[in-house]
Amino acid sequence: MTSDTQTKTAANRRRITSSVMTTLTATCAFFAVTVLVLIIGYIALRGLGAINLQFLTDTPKPVGEGGGIGNAILGSLILLLLSSVIGLPFGIAVGIYLAEFGAGRFAGLIRFVTDTLTGVPSIVVGVFVYTILVLPMRQFSALAGGIALALVMIPIIARTTEEMIRLVPTSLREGALALGAPQWRVTTGVVLPAAASGIATGAMLAVARVSGETAPLLFTAFGSRFFNVYLDQPIASLTVQIYNYAISPYDEWHAMAWAATLVLMTLILAINILVRFFTRKKI
Amino acid sequence: MRNLQPNAPTPAAAQGASARSWNWRRTLAPTGNTGDTVFRSILFACAFILLLIVIIMIGAMAVNSLPSLRAFGFGFLTSQEWNPIAGKFGALPFIYGTILSSLLALFISVPLSLGIAIFLVEQAPRALARPVGFLVELLAAIPSVVYGLWGIFVLAPALRETVEPSLARWFGWLPFFQGNITGIGLFTGGIILAIMITPIITAVVRDVLAAVPVSQREAAFALGATKWETTRVVLTNGAAGIAGAIILGLGRAIGETMAVTMVIGNRAQISASLFEPSYTIASVLANEFTEATGELYLSALIELGLILFLVTFTVNGVARLLVWSVAHRAGGSSVGRAG
Repeated sequence: MTSDTQTKTAANRRRITSSVMTTLTATCAFFAVTVLVLIIGYIALRGLGAINLQFLTDTPKPVGEGGGIGNAILGSLILLLLSSVIGLPFGIAVGIYLAEFGAGRFAGLIRFVTDTLTGVPSIVVGVFVYTILVLPMRQFSALAGGIALALVMIPIIARTTEEMIRLVPTSLREGALALGAPQWRVTTGVVLPAAASGIATGAMLAVARVSGETAPLLFTAFGSRFFNVYLDQPIASLTVQIYNYAISPYDEWHAMAWAATLVLMTLILAINILVRFFTRKKI
Repeated sequence: MRNLQPNAPTPAAAQGASARSWNWRRTLAPTGNTGDTVFRSILFACAFILLLIVIIMIGAMAVNSLPSLRAFGFGFLTSQEWNPIAGKFGALPFIYGTILSSLLALFISVPLSLGIAIFLVEQAPRALARPVGFLVELLAAIPSVVYGLWGIFVLAPALRETVEPSLARWFGWLPFFQGNITGIGLFTGGIILAIMITPIITAVVRDVLAAVPVSQREAAFALGATKWETTRVVLTNGAAGIAGAIILGLGRAIGETMAVTMVIGNRAQISASLFEPSYTIASVLANEFTEATGELYLSALIELGLILFLVTFTVNGVARLLVWSVAHRAGGSSVGRAG
């Protein structure tokens, strides 16, 4: 009799513990989502009030005279283009290598290095590019900024490309080989097209990630108050502009920091949501 | 696929450029095919260049930090004085700030991330897990500088008005919660970091949990375990991977720059109080690198960069090995995600 009630209370306790833990974990998830909503909501709230056409096209001005982020938007686009031109082909090539020839000890080393590079702080990349490019050139430059961003991008793209290519069924390769195609034709003509959408997705996410980078640009691209298209000159970027406005003591510049952030976040969220939408359809 | 091993490795296989799984590649791929040789060489070259970049990275930073290494030697790590004008450089305050802010971030983020991951993989219905999982991943998409902006103007004032005074009132007898309450300091830095590393730890733990075989859960349920007891079985199974995820988060926290720089106060001091301003290695790089005048100053900063690189590289390496050990044991890749 007593042991029976004991068993019952024990069972009850176990059940209660279980539901308490479910509630707790749900609270954790709810908390994280709340933080996200708070951040994005606040950006929208503060940013929308300060955005207009002049702000989007003008160059920065001294306090009290308005000004805008036109040159920073252009600079960010140039930096993104430059880093994509360098980083995408290189990263994809490494990814193909890892996926199609990735069995040996050397490939294992490359895979390990790639993974570990993903976690190396981007500011260290900035320091590195400073020592090999800015010091010898004696000048901050858009080129240095683009290369720094490309270095951040490469390991991300390499690993997503590898994963996407591994998803392509072996039968496709075998079929192409059976038709007498050489291996390079099989990879470029059959495997790559099959994995193309996945690779594109990874590339877009990498671009989104890099577009938010500030630290590697601080002492490579540096920043500029003017419109600049020359690669050997310092160049402005949205993120560095946001940073400079944010740490300034002026309310007017703080408002501009929020508005610039809204522009940046719109780009980043758009890419992320688009990617999500398309991958959901595919997989 | 794996049991289709080749009998006679070609020269290409010997140099490690062939694959384990494709029997045809070694037997059918003709060694004399120029296209294949060129293709393989290009890809191999790219991979090799990547390795080279890492080596040059270490080399370039090591060479440039030689003046500082010569001047201070090992004392660089143990000296508290950071005085560019007097030409004295000691990294201890930055190391202290980096370690403390990262540990604080882990202290908050680990239970939170574990909770989220468990909820998403083990407990939430699929229809809920998908969107919630996506939203948590979006936290990782927010740039560091945006976290910093939000930290300065929203989080820091909020903490100054609410959380920090309460902590000082209830736990003021602890040395951690004494001193001026400004909202700018280690405490705010740690919280911002915690928010930033949560999506990363969560993502890896989700992968690890998803890699634990379903049979483990079925066995636990069959023995009459409740949902939570089953989850504990799963957690035990994925322990190494979870440890890896936490260390991965630590690596991120150590290297995180902009957000921390904007809220931690940037004062090179060692104080037990979490409310006091502090400084991290990454922050001092962000703040002082472009202003560094003189060879010794610059080289001291580059040495800090080198330390940061070596530490994060090691931390990440350990984390990857731990995560891999779980993912490989379960025989799955980290591509597929549950939930």
